[in-house]
Amino acid sequence: MASMAESADGHSGRLVPRHTGVVRLTHWINALAIVLLLMTGANIFNAHPRLYWGMAGSVDQRAGQWLEIGASGPAAAPRGYLELGNTRIDTTGVLGVSGANVVVGYPGWATFPSQRDLATARNWHFFFAWVIILNGLLYLGHGLWSGHIRRDLLPRLGELSPAHMWHDIVSHAKLQFPKGEAMLRYGSLQKIAYAGTALLLVPLVILTGMTMSPGLNAAFPFLNEMFGGRQSARSLHWIAANLILVFILVHLLMVVLSGPINQLRGMITGKLKI
Amino acid sequence: MMDMISRRGLLTIGGSGLLLAGCDSLVGNAKLAAVLRASEQATQRWQRLVGRDGLAREFSAADVSPVFKVNGTHEPTEAAYQAMKANGFADWKLAITGMVHNPMQIGLADLRRLPARTQITRHDCVEGWSAIGQWTGPQLGALLKAAGVKTGARYVVFRCADNYGGEVSKGGAQSSAQYYESIDMVDAFHPQTILAHSMNGAPLPVGHGAPLRLRVERQLGYKHAKYVMEIAVVDSLAGFGRGKGGYWPDRGYEWYAGI
Repeated sequence: MASMAESADGHSGRLVPRHTGVVRLTHWINALAIVLLLMTGANIFNAHPRLYWGMAGSVDQRAGQWLEIGASGPAAAPRGYLELGNTRIDTTGVLGVSGANVVVGYPGWATFPSQRDLATARNWHFFFAWVIILNGLLYLGHGLWSGHIRRDLLPRLGELSPAHMWHDIVSHAKLQFPKGEAMLRYGSLQKIAYAGTALLLVPLVILTGMTMSPGLNAAFPFLNEMFGGRQSARSLHWIAANLILVFILVHLLMVVLSGPINQLRGMITGKLKI
Repeated sequence: MMDMISRRGLLTIGGSGLLLAGCDSLVGNAKLAAVLRASEQATQRWQRLVGRDGLAREFSAADVSPVFKVNGTHEPTEAAYQAMKANGFADWKLAITGMVHNPMQIGLADLRRLPARTQITRHDCVEGWSAIGQWTGPQLGALLKAAGVKTGARYVVFRCADNYGGEVSKGGAQSSAQYYESIDMVDAFHPQTILAHSMNGAPLPVGHGAPLRLRVERQLGYKHAKYVMEIAVVDSLAGFGRGKGGYWPDRGYEWYAGI
């Protein structure tokens, strides 16, 4: 069945090396860790579903508040809302109120554990924080040493030219994916997405996470200065996590659209059929 | 062909949904919990390695929160506490017990006469919010030196006047019990670890732990025990609560709350 799908795609059927062992190993460890970090993070967020800018902020100090997920109305029929600045959007069913009139920030299907459980969510979050940090260091060390990051991931200047970018955007929009030897290189959009996530978003989410730790605040006072205070760091942590979520969703969509069997084989066995 | 892909796609998505739903059953797994808990040790060791003597940031008077959120017990309802409160805490005495050469009892007036440290610090709640306040009180380290800590002592336990009923909104296991907390000797002798009898220049309000609360500035809010009655110097946390070293640690939260 698989070969039928690929021949219809116009592949020659040759299996060629695509991903190194370290890239594959770190990719799957990362995939597990990041899903659990996002879901435990959503559970932790539910303990205080508000975000602020600045050093301090609470229900009794809302000057810096810019986001809130909440519920209003009678207990028998509460309405959920997302409040951004002064704008309130009804989000009943997803945010604020979900399931059988359950008042909770993110819905149970998006959190781990599915019930509100700050203690368990924190235990798991910090375990997988260590996993993603150590795994990321292995990936970065290998990527720098082997030249993978410089050679395959960082876009060249020419690839960032408007003409080149436009061509890449149009091909993606038309769902025309590279074939043959071209499948062994990343396009400009791919490079920007992968390098931006691995080298900017993930370090940002880790550093802002560290900035929320009172122990590390004392050890590394510059963290607070860098991000404008603990509550700003918490906001940036949430924003970076959401951008990572967007990356994952687009990434999965592209895998599905561009030949999921071949792409999965590439990331599992290392060999891609071209 | 597209049908096949989308069916496979659906299977993948459905499969991961089942996988994640199955995750909830992992929460109760004791062996897994022990593995996950190993990261708490790693966090504590790493934080001690990079910042054993680090100081929490101190702020200026202009940064003090206009309203400092009251959390946990708002006012102990126990008769013994209410009686002390009615009398302006004149009968209240802090007991220093356990592995010390000179066990002692200190009244509030005597405690207020001790050399004090004043610090404006940020209080970080485990839920995610923060508030900034000014705290004044003697350093715990100075009191412990006066009491003479015996060799072999490892922890300082704070026993409080309030029975806390938990907060259902936080989820997880909830039950009523005497509030207590504990820290190790590194934090006990840290210069910013004080027993605050004053907040923002006035006697400590009941909502914030009158007459005395712990400030252990490099850890989360739940470690900052309010309504402190007794300081016990010990070599083991067994024998207090469920043995995990604090009301919230007994209910699944990290004992080391530097994160």
